[in-house]
Amino acid sequence: MTTTDKAPDKVDTDLVTLTIDGVQVSVPKDTLVIRAAEQVGVQIPRFCDHPLLDPVGACRQCLVDIPDAGNGRGFPKPQASCTLPVAEGMVVNTQATSEVADKAQQGVMEFLLINHPLDCPVCDKGGECPLQNQAMSNGRGESRFAENGGVKRTFPKPINISAQVLLDRERCVLCARCTRFSEQVAGDPFIALAERGALQQVAIYEREPYESYFSGNAIQICPVGALTSADYRFRSRPFDLVSTPSVAEHDACGAAIRVDHRRGKVMRRLAGNEPEINEEWISDKDRFAFRYAQVEDRITYPQIREDGELRPASWTEAFAVAARGLRDAGAGAVLTGGRLTAEDAYAYAKFARVSLGTNDIDFRARPHSAEEASFLASRVALSGEVTYADLEAAPVVVLLGLEPEDEAATIFLRLRKAARNGRTQVVSVAPWSSRGLKKMKGRLVPAAPGAEVEVIGSLADAEHGVSKDAVILVGERLAATHGALSAAADLAARTGARLAWVPRRAGDRGAVEAGALPNLLPGGRPVGEASARVDVAAAWGVGSLPAKAGRDGNAIVAALAKGDLGGLVVGGVDPDDTVDPAAFRTALDAARFVVSLELRATDVTAAADVVLPVAPVTDKAGTFVTWDGRAREFPAVFSNPASLPDLRVLAGIADELAALGHGSSLGFRTVAEARAEMQSLGPWDGERPTLDAGKAPKPPKAGKAGSFALATWKQLIDLGSMQDGEAHLRATARPPVVRLNRAAYESVFGLLDDTEPGGARLAQVTGDRGSITLPVVVADLPDGVVWVPARSFGRGVLAELASPGSTVTVKGASR
Amino acid sequence: MADTLTPVLTDNWDVERSWTLASYEERGGYAALDTAFAMAPDDVINAVKESGLRGRGGAGFPTGMKWGFIPQDNPKPKYLVVNADESEPGTCKDTPLMLASPHTLVEGVIISSYAIRANTAFIYVRGEILHVIRRLQRAVQEAYLAGHLGKNIHGSGFDLDLIVHAGAGAYICGEETALLEGLEGRRGQPRLRPPFPAVAGLYASPTVINNVESIASVPSIIANGAAWFAGMGTEKSNGYGIFSLSGHVTRPGQYEAPLGITLRELIDLAGGMREGHELKFWTPGGSSTPLLTPEHLDVPLDFESVGAAGSMLGTRALQLFDETTCVVRAVLRWTEFYKHESCGKCTPCREGTWWLTQTLAKLEKGEGSESDLDLLLDQCDNILGRSFCALGDGATSPISSSIQHFRDEYLAHLSHGGCPFDPAASTAFAPAGATA
Repeated sequence: MTTTDKAPDKVDTDLVTLTIDGVQVSVPKDTLVIRAAEQVGVQIPRFCDHPLLDPVGACRQCLVDIPDAGNGRGFPKPQASCTLPVAEGMVVNTQATSEVADKAQQGVMEFLLINHPLDCPVCDKGGECPLQNQAMSNGRGESRFAENGGVKRTFPKPINISAQVLLDRERCVLCARCTRFSEQVAGDPFIALAERGALQQVAIYEREPYESYFSGNAIQICPVGALTSADYRFRSRPFDLVSTPSVAEHDACGAAIRVDHRRGKVMRRLAGNEPEINEEWISDKDRFAFRYAQVEDRITYPQIREDGELRPASWTEAFAVAARGLRDAGAGAVLTGGRLTAEDAYAYAKFARVSLGTNDIDFRARPHSAEEASFLASRVALSGEVTYADLEAAPVVVLLGLEPEDEAATIFLRLRKAARNGRTQVVSVAPWSSRGLKKMKGRLVPAAPGAEVEVIGSLADAEHGVSKDAVILVGERLAATHGALSAAADLAARTGARLAWVPRRAGDRGAVEAGALPNLLPGGRPVGEASARVDVAAAWGVGSLPAKAGRDGNAIVAALAKGDLGGLVVGGVDPDDTVDPAAFRTALDAARFVVSLELRATDVTAAADVVLPVAPVTDKAGTFVTWDGRAREFPAVFSNPASLPDLRVLAGIADELAALGHGSSLGFRTVAEARAEMQSLGPWDGERPTLDAGKAPKPPKAGKAGSFALATWKQLIDLGSMQDGEAHLRATARPPVVRLNRAAYESVFGLLDDTEPGGARLAQVTGDRGSITLPVVVADLPDGVVWVPARSFGRGVLAELASPGSTVTVKGASR
Repeated sequence: MADTLTPVLTDNWDVERSWTLASYEERGGYAALDTAFAMAPDDVINAVKESGLRGRGGAGFPTGMKWGFIPQDNPKPKYLVVNADESEPGTCKDTPLMLASPHTLVEGVIISSYAIRANTAFIYVRGEILHVIRRLQRAVQEAYLAGHLGKNIHGSGFDLDLIVHAGAGAYICGEETALLEGLEGRRGQPRLRPPFPAVAGLYASPTVINNVESIASVPSIIANGAAWFAGMGTEKSNGYGIFSLSGHVTRPGQYEAPLGITLRELIDLAGGMREGHELKFWTPGGSSTPLLTPEHLDVPLDFESVGAAGSMLGTRALQLFDETTCVVRAVLRWTEFYKHESCGKCTPCREGTWWLTQTLAKLEKGEGSESDLDLLLDQCDNILGRSFCALGDGATSPISSSIQHFRDEYLAHLSHGGCPFDPAASTAFAPAGATA
């Protein structure tokens, strides 16, 4: 062993030795007896106990006999092992060795069943029900209550406690897991136990509905069938399902999920248990938003445009037509959305360089800038200094242009946990104090759109506590303000704090690593470095790679419109996500040849010359790289020979192009082959490029008096196309509202009546792309700022209102 | 051994307008306050320790020791909470005390708060007894106006605010941690311990919770000395207490006597059982204490002796039942009470009381079989010591003790095809000569 000044990863905690069922075991101090027993292989039955919730001791199912509490004296009565910490020398006898404990457990189980409907044959939980299982293992076979003609307490059958969650009060064993989860973990204490005795029940308050992005977890941890989802209710039996572990595709967090499917169809998704990432929780979006792959407009066969109409084609024909079209169209470019797996992103990156001979590739289907590309190359690619555990350990976590509850739900839960434990102060540079920020007990440092640079600069002041132990999380929206990303990097450099970039989409970080950027090759290699290009060219077996830095997404759109570019390969881009949807559509029309790789019919496929269906995440293996630089591999759920991953489709086009004398084969046709090639290429070990903010754009025109700067972000549950097909989920979305500060509200509507419920008045917001009318509520925004959700109405802010940060006007509207 | 009454707390109850400040002060009220202020707070605690005062709310925990548990180095504020949520069936001592002499309690609150260094005290009084709440509120108002409460009381430099808080009507709120939940504005359900209230009670701060009678006894201890108090009662159960006699007794009411007096003596003091009737069974301290029979008439009513007899002294709520009473019927009524008052938090109490009630109701109607008695006892065994708090334990006491003493009477219901008793005979308005 060598000495090192690095602290060990795990500090040896004090161990306590006790005897459970005659077996001696040493566990860290403060361990609860119920979990110490697991160490000797004894499962004590339990309902209310959950390792990630505060102990409550309510169900009494886990009673054990303690003949010696460690002080030589025993407890006269059985004790709840879920609330009792271990003690040195303690002797515990569980149901395995103690008749007293066994009888106590059987007694409690009998009580639990007297008012339970025992409707297992029609209950969704039947077959995976802790009550059913433990009644078998720790209860008596026949009910003395029923034998004696006992009368059960009854309730009307299930009632909705939200659009998605249903409650069957008869089945509920009142363990309070759901209410404790909602209060402690999610911070949404909108369900609570009410009434008393056997009439006690989970209840909601009519004026504060159960509005939570995490309600599905309450369903999953319900130990009986009391909570069910409208989505899954009565759909299948657990024993008919096949489970495949996977990774959630909705954000950059990499949450572990379990995909349960039957006869080739996903029936439901559950949270996986991944202590280093999502613990046991996922957002409702990760849980319920999977039916987008099952909707009517799925593309299932290749199509080519003939006489203005798309017609079905064989794969070989489609590949050939696509290759000829791209060859004839002149210079080509590649635009991908942020939803690709790392392997697919790598295929697009290689396709652009090898087959099209260009660096004109960008995955950023959203407002972006040259400064951001430089930031990604210099500060993000290959980075991985921050982990989820660091979020809990850091004294201060700074959020810049990031609303975790909406944009990175797993990070939100970690930060809420950290804040609840009193360890971490969250500081957020944002236009207003969101509900999410309040739940993280965060402090707002208000910043109007465009004012972020100055505000970030001020964070180095001692009052904010940004020290070398702090963590700075940078959201992708920060790119919208010139200089803000440089200011964030500068803040990290000045304070020594660690920095991580948190994009919104699952494929964003992987696309950076895979080189789906105009200035980066795979493995974080800068396009501008000759040695890096030689490196990659040698690995790919091609003579050279294009040296000229490519166009970014904005420049590609402009060049298509101007005719400088003729061919376009688009993989999974929604025009309405781009900085100027109208310009994007114009570019699609202007392009001489468009190849679209898509899951479903979109505005892009409507304009494309060749449409190639690609596999949804269930039909292919892949890797999502998380915001903290973790490669999260997942296997294919289904084996569907007609469903090809993007990389296989690109390989087919590349082969045809090679046959036409353009470039060469991609060299892989399967995910495993692509993955192997990526691994053998490895990361760039040279210097990282420096961060260059580039020229400041022209300052925006000062707005007219009385106008507002537009602030916006996407809410977790909104009209995004990957939430299509699940109406109950969408019904739980927070209703879209316009937010104004009090002074602005009063200048438009007159004095605010505090007794009036929020959202009683309507505001019309008008920008250079259109107008929207929504209910208005007051928030702590800076003067001259209005906030609207980005994708919660119509085609969204970018398509129908204005671009973020630009000037809009607000006036009152009538219903 | 006590042979007479020792009116201390009840001494002024017959005085004209005894509840007023003037009346209380005329009899030397609030003088003990100055005696206490002349002592160091720790000395007040010691005096209460030495007096041997044990909690009068039923459990009998030494009051001075409880005060000593308050960590004085904890920087958080300390609180005194008086448990005036008197709801135990049969218990009716705190309510008349607060009605007749609320200032005795207020003075006790001030001295006790001074001892534990609390600057805020609460009286949590059950919401149903509105007349008592009004008396208390008026007494507190009078005390503020007279300078017994507020800033710098009696020039001592000690500040105290006293808040009378009305509960919302739940038996469970007599359980001290459920009371704290209620006081904080939440649902009344008991809390997990540890932490104990002495460390993290009201608003997570060190808190002493005492029964009304315990706190009301403090002024007399300070005024007359610990030795005076310790000189009364038995060896381990010192002092006097209010014995509440109710039921089939000639003169029901409050009898204040040293601990250790026997029921036989108390019945004598109360003019004997109802004319022409015999004692059949009784509770020593409310319905949650196992019931006793005439063979226990000479058990000294102190904590140890009643415990040795298989019951608990509890709140000294002596409910007396004569031979006209059907024990099954009485026990069913009590059980229905526990079912109604179970808070629902834990399984054994919530579901157990639901089931016990049904089993008992069937037996009372003469349905079922002898094996149902074993079922009842087994249900009780699965509740007692398995519940979250003592409510569940209390619910089993009348059932298991009644089966122990009156098994034949249960069986008589089965052989008789229903209750063999005339329910009218046990009523207070029973016609003379009515028999069971």
